[in-house]
Amino acid sequence: MSELPLIGEAVAVAAVPRLAGARIGVVTFPGTLDDRDAARAVRLAGATAVELWHGDAELGDVDAVIIPGGFSYGDYLRAGAIARFAPLMSKIIDAANSDAKLPVLGICNGFQILTESHLLPGSMIKNDHLKFLCRDQVLRVENSNTAWTLDYEAGQEITIPLKNQDGQYIADEKTLDALEAEGRVVFRYVGFNPNGSRRDIAGISNAAGNVVGLMPHPEHAVEPGFGPESLDGIGGSDTDGLGFFTSVLNKIVGGDK
Amino acid sequence: MTTETTKKFNIDTVENAAKTPDTELPWAELGLKQNEFDEIVKVLGRRPTGAELAMYSVMWSEHCSYKSSKNHLRQFGQKVTEEMKKDMLVGIGARPVAVMDPLRFGAIDHPDTARVMHGAVAGIGGYGNSLGLPNIGGEMVFDSVYQGNPLVNALAVGVMRHEDIRLANASGKGNKVVLFGARTGGDGIGGASVLASESFDDTKPSKRPAVQVGDPFAEKVLIECCLELFKGSLVEGIQDLGAAGISCATSELASNGDGGMQVELTSVLLRDPTLTPGEILMSESQERMMAVVTPENVEAFEAVMDKWAVEYSWLGEVTDTGRLIITWEGDVIVDVDPRTVAHDGPVYDRPFARPEWQDSVQADTFTGSVQDAGRPSSPASLAAAVTELVASPNMCSKSWITNQYDRYVGGNTSMAFPDDAGVVRVDEETGLGVALATDANGRYTYLDPYHGAQLALAEAYRNVATAGAIPMAVSDCLNFGSPEDPDVMWQLAEAIRGLSDACMVLGIPVTGGNVSLYNQTGTTPIHPSPVVAVLGKLDDVARRTSSGWREDGQAIYLLGTTAAELDGSEWANMRGHLGGQPPKVDLEAERALGEILINASRDGMIDAAHDLSEGGLAAALVESSLRYGVGARIALQDIMDRDGVDLFTALFSESQGRAVVGVPRSEEVRFTDMCTARGFAHARIGVVDAASGALEINGVESLSLDALREAHEGTLPKYFG
Repeated sequence: MSELPLIGEAVAVAAVPRLAGARIGVVTFPGTLDDRDAARAVRLAGATAVELWHGDAELGDVDAVIIPGGFSYGDYLRAGAIARFAPLMSKIIDAANSDAKLPVLGICNGFQILTESHLLPGSMIKNDHLKFLCRDQVLRVENSNTAWTLDYEAGQEITIPLKNQDGQYIADEKTLDALEAEGRVVFRYVGFNPNGSRRDIAGISNAAGNVVGLMPHPEHAVEPGFGPESLDGIGGSDTDGLGFFTSVLNKIVGGDK
Repeated sequence: MTTETTKKFNIDTVENAAKTPDTELPWAELGLKQNEFDEIVKVLGRRPTGAELAMYSVMWSEHCSYKSSKNHLRQFGQKVTEEMKKDMLVGIGARPVAVMDPLRFGAIDHPDTARVMHGAVAGIGGYGNSLGLPNIGGEMVFDSVYQGNPLVNALAVGVMRHEDIRLANASGKGNKVVLFGARTGGDGIGGASVLASESFDDTKPSKRPAVQVGDPFAEKVLIECCLELFKGSLVEGIQDLGAAGISCATSELASNGDGGMQVELTSVLLRDPTLTPGEILMSESQERMMAVVTPENVEAFEAVMDKWAVEYSWLGEVTDTGRLIITWEGDVIVDVDPRTVAHDGPVYDRPFARPEWQDSVQADTFTGSVQDAGRPSSPASLAAAVTELVASPNMCSKSWITNQYDRYVGGNTSMAFPDDAGVVRVDEETGLGVALATDANGRYTYLDPYHGAQLALAEAYRNVATAGAIPMAVSDCLNFGSPEDPDVMWQLAEAIRGLSDACMVLGIPVTGGNVSLYNQTGTTPIHPSPVVAVLGKLDDVARRTSSGWREDGQAIYLLGTTAAELDGSEWANMRGHLGGQPPKVDLEAERALGEILINASRDGMIDAAHDLSEGGLAAALVESSLRYGVGARIALQDIMDRDGVDLFTALFSESQGRAVVGVPRSEEVRFTDMCTARGFAHARIGVVDAASGALEINGVESLSLDALREAHEGTLPKYFG
C-alpha cells in the first residue's frame, strides 16, 4: 500500500523470493481502520500487499484477500450489513466459492462482513457486558488445517489482541453442533470468554477451510516491540499472529505441510 | 435551498442596516458587552446586520478570542530563545497518529460521577475507536472540586513531512471556496436562538442543545479524504470548522490570506432547511472542512469527494477586495474586514490580585494538622497505608477506562498506559518515534499557581524522559474558573507566568494549546488545572524504557533526593487535607535527571524506569512491581539517613526530580559512574526478586503482589461496574 510508511519507507524484509511474488489483497471500506496493519503483516510475512477498494468492480490479480477490522459505514446499522453489498464483495464471494477456493480472512469487522455475506454462518451481537473491550486474549487453535492456520499446531495456544464492541458470536444450536462436528471451530477463547460468545468460539471457517473469520486481531501481533508482550507484558509473545500470514503464503506457494 | 424556504426570512441586508441605524439588536443576549457592541459599530461605521452580529458575537467570545487570557498568553511567544524557535512550524495537514485524554471528574463516590464517567469514557471510546487512532494514555483525577465542572481534555499528535505542510489561508484571486463533509445543522448553536427574530414564523424545529452531535464515521472518512487531497496537492488552503463554524472559517481563511472572499450562504448544504443566515454562520456542526481550490483542480477535487462519498458545495471565491462579503441569494448580508472579526477582538486586561486567603492556606501545613494524627509508623500500619494509597481513587489502576480504548490500531504503538509516557513509532525504517505525556496537579496549583504550573510541566517532562525520549515541545490546556474573579485571574496569570518561565529554563517551547475558563459552579471555581503535555523524540522506539522491572536480580536505584514534602500530596488528600506549599521545583535538577534517564535508555544501562510523582516512592514501587507482576526487595535506611527523613516520609513524600530505575548487574558500574560524574544523587535501594511474588520493604510488612493488584485494580470496577 503506497501510503503505509508515515515518514520512511516500508520495512525491507529479507523475503523468500517465491513468497514475495504472492499477492495478498487488503480491502478498504469507508470506516476500515486496520487496513494498514493488515498490509504490514502481509509484508512482514514476506508477501506483497495489494490495496483493494470496496468500490472496485474487479478483484484483480491477488492470491488471497484479507478483510480487515474497523467500523465500516460506522457500524450504524448491524456491523458489516452495508459493506456486504460493496461491488468488490460479490467478486470475493464468487472467488471464495469457486473451485480455486480463494483464501479469505475476515478479522473483527471483516468477520462480521463475512457472516453478513453468508460465507460464514452465524452472527455477532454486542458484547455481553455491553462495553468496548481491548485486551490481550489467549486463543486455542482448534483446527490447523485451514488456509490461514497451517503454520500452527492443533491445540496450540496463542495470545493476540482483541478489541471490539460487537464480538459476541451467536448461531443456532444446530449450526453450532455442525461447526463442532465438521472441525470448523478454528479458534476458541481460553481462560476468559471476553464477550459471551457461544461455546467460547473466537473464529470459524467454511467447510472448505479457505474462508476464516475471527474477532481477535492477529495483525496486531506480528512485530517484536509492538505486540501484546511489549505493550502489556503478561504472557504470550509479540508475534503470535504472524502464523496466519505465513500460513496462507505457504498455502499459495504450495507448501502445505 | 428552495426559494420558498428562503422567503421565510426577513433578511437584514447591509443596505437595510445602513438605512435603519436605530434597530434594536440582541447583542447582550448573544454575550456581547456594551463596549464590544459599540466597537463593532465603530469598526463598521454603521450598525451590524443580524448576520454580522452573529459572526462578531461568536468570534469575539471568550472561547474564540482569548480576550481574558491573551495579554498573559503572549509570554509563551516572548519567552523563547532562537534555539527553541528553530524547530517550530505552523500549519495543518498531518496524519493523526495517537490521542490521549486527561480527565478530571468529581468525587468517585458522588452519584453523578458514575453518570459522567460512563458517558465520557463511552464517548471518547466510541468516537476514538471508530477513528482508528490509538489511545496511548492520559489521566484520571477524582476531586469534588470538579463535581459540577468535569474536565475532558483531549490531545492528538499527528505526523507529516515538512514539505507537505498546509496553511489555513485563502489566497489567489479567483480560487474557489468549498465547504465539505457533514451538512450544517442546528447543533452547537448557543446564543443564536435569540436571532429567531429573523424569522417570520415560529414553526421552526425546537433548538437543539448547544452541544454538537459527533459522527465518528463521517470524521474518519473526512480525515482520509483530506489526506488524499493533500497527497494530490489539490487544496491551496484549508481549515476545519470548529467553534464558531463558518464564521470562523471564512473570517480566518480570508484574513490570513492576501485578499478577500465572497461566499453565497444559500449554497451551504443543510440538515435543517429552516436555519436562518445567522444560525448557519454560527452552527458548530462537526465533521466539516472549508478549503480553497484553484479552478484547475476543481475536477480532481470533486473526484476525491466522490470516491469517499463526501458531500460538498462550492460557496464562492477568493477576491482581491480585502473584504469578506457574504450574500443571501445575492443580497449582501455581511460586508466586513475579515481581520476585525478574526483577529481584532477585544482584549481585556482583567484585574487580578493574590487572594486574601492564599496566605492562610499556605500556612496550613499537613504535618501537625488534625488530619495528620495517627501517622503510620509500624510495619503493619505502613503496609496498610501503601495498600490504601494504591487503591485510592487517584492512584488506583485506570485499566477499567483504558481497556475501553483501542491502543493497538495503527500497529505503531510501542508503549501505552500505564507506562509513564505513550510512545508511537512514526518511521518504520528507522524506528523514529515520539513519546507523549500529560500531567497536572490541581492541588499543587491551588496552593501555589506559579510553581504548581511548573510542577505540571516538570512531571510531563520527567515522564517523557523516563520513557527515554528527548523532550521537544509543550502543549497545554489551561482549565480555570471565571476570569472576572480577580482571585481566579491571578491564578491564571501566575500559572501562565510560571509555565512560560519554566519552558524557557527547560528549553522547550509551547507550540499551541487551549484555554478553558468559567469552570465554576456559583462562586466556587475548580482548582486551577493547567494540564501540560510534553512531546519527546526517540531515535528508535525499540530503546524506550518501560515502567516495570522483570529481570531477577537487577539492581533498583532511586535517583534524586527526598525531603519532607507532604503538603498537597495524595496522602494528605486521602486524609482530607489541602494546605501548605507544594513540593519544591528545581528545573535544573529535572533537566539533569532527564539527561541521565535518556542516556541510560539509549545506551542500554537501564531496563526499567518510573518517575516519582503523586503517591511518591510507595506508588512507584508498587506500580513498577505490578507492571509485569515481578516483586522486589527494598531497603530505604541509606536514603533515610542521607536525606534525614523517616520511613513514612521516604515512602509518601512527593519530592520532585526523582525516579526509580532497574539496572542490569552488568551495567551497574557504568550507570553509577554516569550519575557520579553528573553529580546527581543516586542510591541503590534494592533488587528485583522474581521468585517472591511480593514487594518486601524493610520496616513494612510484606506486600503480596496478588493483594496489591486486587486493591489497585478493584477500585474503579467497584464504583463503575
